[in-house]
Amino acid sequence: MSVEVHGTPRRATILWLLLITATLLTWGLGATDVAGRLTILILAVLSFWKGSVIILDFMALRHAPALWRALTLGWMILVWAVIAIAYWKGISR
Amino acid sequence: MENTRNTATLAAAPGPRLAGDLAIWFFILAELLAFGVFFAAYAFTRAKNLELFNVEQQALNRGAGVINTMLLLTASYFVVRAVQAAERAASAQSARWLLAAICCGLGFIGVKLTEYSAAFAHGVSLSSSPFHMFYLSLTFFHFMHVILGLVILLALWNGARKGRYHAGDMNGMETGAAYWHMVDLVWLILFPLVYVIN
Repeated sequence: MSVEVHGTPRRATILWLLLITATLLTWGLGATDVAGRLTILILAVLSFWKGSVIILDFMALRHAPALWRALTLGWMILVWAVIAIAYWKGISR
Repeated sequence: MENTRNTATLAAAPGPRLAGDLAIWFFILAELLAFGVFFAAYAFTRAKNLELFNVEQQALNRGAGVINTMLLLTASYFVVRAVQAAERAASAQSARWLLAAICCGLGFIGVKLTEYSAAFAHGVSLSSSPFHMFYLSLTFFHFMHVILGLVILLALWNGARKGRYHAGDMNGMETGAAYWHMVDLVWLILFPLVYVIN
């Protein structure tokens, strides 16, 4: 099998539909006004998953040297960790 | 394994390959770092002004934020299709996908401008509250990146129309595409952070 860096149109379309679905889910969750740790966790996980699709599939880093995956995915983990710490600090005051 | 690789098509990369110019990837890292610092500053300022942030966040037009998220995701998808078409040397198709992506980007700009004008009409300004300061500066910083991204997509569209990109020369197309995806990636954190989490 050859390495298809940019994947197939079919795969891209499926991912795009899933990304749109996840966005509508995020909207629904935000509209419920449930400000809880679980809601925030779900929002963060959905956002993280969406980001990883952009990084691995759309930016084609899945087939890049591992360092670039580590830097970009690591950035996203770090950002969400900082947001989580600040959020926890906010509700525990 | 080696044998299978040797018999693979010419267009296929033999091993790990970074799509696009190395310089754009360093630039993308610098941008991600800048946005990361901005996000952290927002999150900690919010933790100190929880009630204010929660009340003023409710006044944001979340529907506009959702529409803009979908526009950016769709534009990114169209850019992926443009890259795939260019790889098949289908230049005209590639140009059409890029034009569709540009339309989505312009849609984002339109929605954002409507949102800003409504906010300004309600007296929202950089100095009206810490939340407004962050909301305006963060979204405007991102807005400027969308505009630069659109300029890049226009250049790619022009190149695609002239048949500049093909499997043997994808560098320009992949470089521009990577920048656009970065703009999308940053929004995917900005949107839940500023519009949703309360």
